[in-house]
Amino acid sequence: MSFKTKRVLAATASAVVATLFLAGCAPASNNDSANCDNYSDYKGFEGTEVEVYTTIIAPEADLFVESFADFERCTGITVNWNGTQEFEAQIAVRVEGGTAPDLAIFPQPGLLAKFADSLVPASAKLSESVDANYSPDWKNYGTVDGTFFAAPLGANVKSFVWYNPKVFKDNNYTIPTTWDELLALSDQIAADGQIQPWCAGFGSGEATGWVGTDWMEDIMLRTADAETYDAWVTHGIPFNDPAVATAIGEAGKILKNPDYVGDVASIATTTFQDGGAGIVDGTCAMHRQASFIGGILAADHGAVIVDPSNTEEANGISVFYFPGASADNKPALGGGEFVAAFSDRGEVAALQHFLTTPLWNNNKAKLGGWFSANKGLDEANVADPVNKVAVQILKNATTFRFDGSDVMPAAVGAGTFWKEMTAWVAEDKSDEAVLDAIEKSWPKN
Amino acid sequence: MAINKKAKDIFASPVASAIAVIVAVLWTIPTFGLLVSSIRPEQDINQSGWWTFFTNPTFTLDNYTQVLFQGSTTNPPLFQFFFNSFALTIPAVVFPITLALFAAYALAWFNFRGKDTIFFIIFGLQVVPLQLTLIPLLQLFSKGLVIGGVTLIPDLGITGTFIPIWIAHTIFGLPLAVFLLHNFLSQIPRELIEAGRVDGANWFTLFSKIVLPLSVPAIASFSIFQFLWVWNDLLVGLTFGGGVKQVAPMTVRIAEMVGSRGSGWELLTAGAFVSMIVPLIVFFALQRYFVRGLLAGSVKG
Repeated sequence: MSFKTKRVLAATASAVVATLFLAGCAPASNNDSANCDNYSDYKGFEGTEVEVYTTIIAPEADLFVESFADFERCTGITVNWNGTQEFEAQIAVRVEGGTAPDLAIFPQPGLLAKFADSLVPASAKLSESVDANYSPDWKNYGTVDGTFFAAPLGANVKSFVWYNPKVFKDNNYTIPTTWDELLALSDQIAADGQIQPWCAGFGSGEATGWVGTDWMEDIMLRTADAETYDAWVTHGIPFNDPAVATAIGEAGKILKNPDYVGDVASIATTTFQDGGAGIVDGTCAMHRQASFIGGILAADHGAVIVDPSNTEEANGISVFYFPGASADNKPALGGGEFVAAFSDRGEVAALQHFLTTPLWNNNKAKLGGWFSANKGLDEANVADPVNKVAVQILKNATTFRFDGSDVMPAAVGAGTFWKEMTAWVAEDKSDEAVLDAIEKSWPKN
Repeated sequence: MAINKKAKDIFASPVASAIAVIVAVLWTIPTFGLLVSSIRPEQDINQSGWWTFFTNPTFTLDNYTQVLFQGSTTNPPLFQFFFNSFALTIPAVVFPITLALFAAYALAWFNFRGKDTIFFIIFGLQVVPLQLTLIPLLQLFSKGLVIGGVTLIPDLGITGTFIPIWIAHTIFGLPLAVFLLHNFLSQIPRELIEAGRVDGANWFTLFSKIVLPLSVPAIASFSIFQFLWVWNDLLVGLTFGGGVKQVAPMTVRIAEMVGSRGSGWELLTAGAFVSMIVPLIVFFALQRYFVRGLLAGSVKG
């Protein structure tokens, strides 16, 4: 599960390194003189400390610390950023042992739910701020059994189609806004015969097939409603339910169509790192993948990540939104972190609240390589072109859902789902056989 | 005697020596590769294996300077943690040995009822996995001990200091220490102790003038054990440090050095060697006691 999370982080990482560099050259912070008016809500806690326990460690952690500078100066609260890779194991020990941190940043909602008994429920003020700044889907992921605990922090998005803007312009292709337009465009590209419409790669060592599960999840969100998606992920409906069959059928229209992808079986043996290489040199037109692939294509295949409006760069790659069934059906697939409090001290509540404000989200985004689902986040503060599209996707999203295979039991989400999606392309296994096999493997309790 | 001689012959044969050398070389190759990697530039480490060093030698100490001295608030240099490790390890070696020496002395030479039972209980405690005790002990340190409304141990407010880590290591080290030292001390010739008694020495004088000087090999060998164990420990330091960086040992820092995406692993090679250097010094300084001490405590008769 954390496998994909790490991949996503990898993307942010390369961006972070770049921006760190740029930040060094920027004129000394223009809000240096920022007066403390914005922080008047958080007064009265001078000399206190708040410990933030998290999986986020260097180099990303430095940017977080930097983003708290004004807050610390104006409020007198010291933020102790305590990042560790052992978070998932240690948080349980610390909570049980009576040394729980003040705030913990949970990388996934499932882990958060296990600590509901020890967490401090959100104050009315925090709840209000989250209502104002985030969509209800995000609030739901921080809610356990009807009690709202954890406010969203950062976000990542997977509903991307990567493409080469220059290739699109040279061939007069327009960016599709609905699923039907996407298929029509694929047909058009196939008919032109110059470029292969799609390329994909499922290969990823032991995790081969996870790319296929992302495809399925993204399409499931589009062909079925969010409730059906949730039921599918939690096994409220069987894996071979007709709704799931529809989704895999739609996925097959692209992935199992030799006119679109060339040799279908080769998808299984192409690594995900190389899967999108074709869009860089213009031999294939579209590639559905999460944001991190940009960094890999740039490093391995000389791609340049550009703004969608830049149609001049030959090796330029960019992203558009993986379209929904209709132009106003805009679900988004991705992930994010959630901040929960184990302590009800005033300064802890102050920091937890501050992290939900557009003020902090904008300041943090300005430092680079990061974005959130905060509605107050100004796209202008997000420098990376792909992250900028991601922010737009999150803002326009009608629904937001976590990567389903991360939430499913490991035997399925990191096991048969991967394997069967691989067999689906490699052995041309039928939709029904694939879904039946996964359904059979779902752990019974 | 005969058995010893035979054993000696076997181990002195050229074949046995050759096997020993081969095993030692095989055993050392990975560590050697790590050492070579640690002095290669980052780009070379990422692009080629360490063995290419010999055909294309590139040498740098960048990894070491970066590991030891460079860093940021959230990514502090290893240098600071070096001192933490010392501050943790030295008391965590001295405490259990001191306590265990007194206990072993009493168990070996005093006559009191239930002496054997106590010894067996202490010995038996070795089978308790320390992972089981993590959470109860942590609760003890953070909340004190209250049974049925009676406060037996108050909340001492020691979380986030070195003290819980010292106590934890002492507790975990004691059973083995008492066992080894007891077996060693009980082999001191009775005549020596009795001669001391006749000369009018009390139990404490006996301990300090006769028992202590005689048990130096056992103390040294156990010190090496305990030192290596505490120095290399990650779990106890991580857990009982309460997640506070100010008291975290080097191992905790090294575990995070690789970064959230595992991109900093060239730093790990250097970090590993920085942490390895102290145990090596301790081992070589005390090794002449080591073999003696090992045999002395463990074999009776």
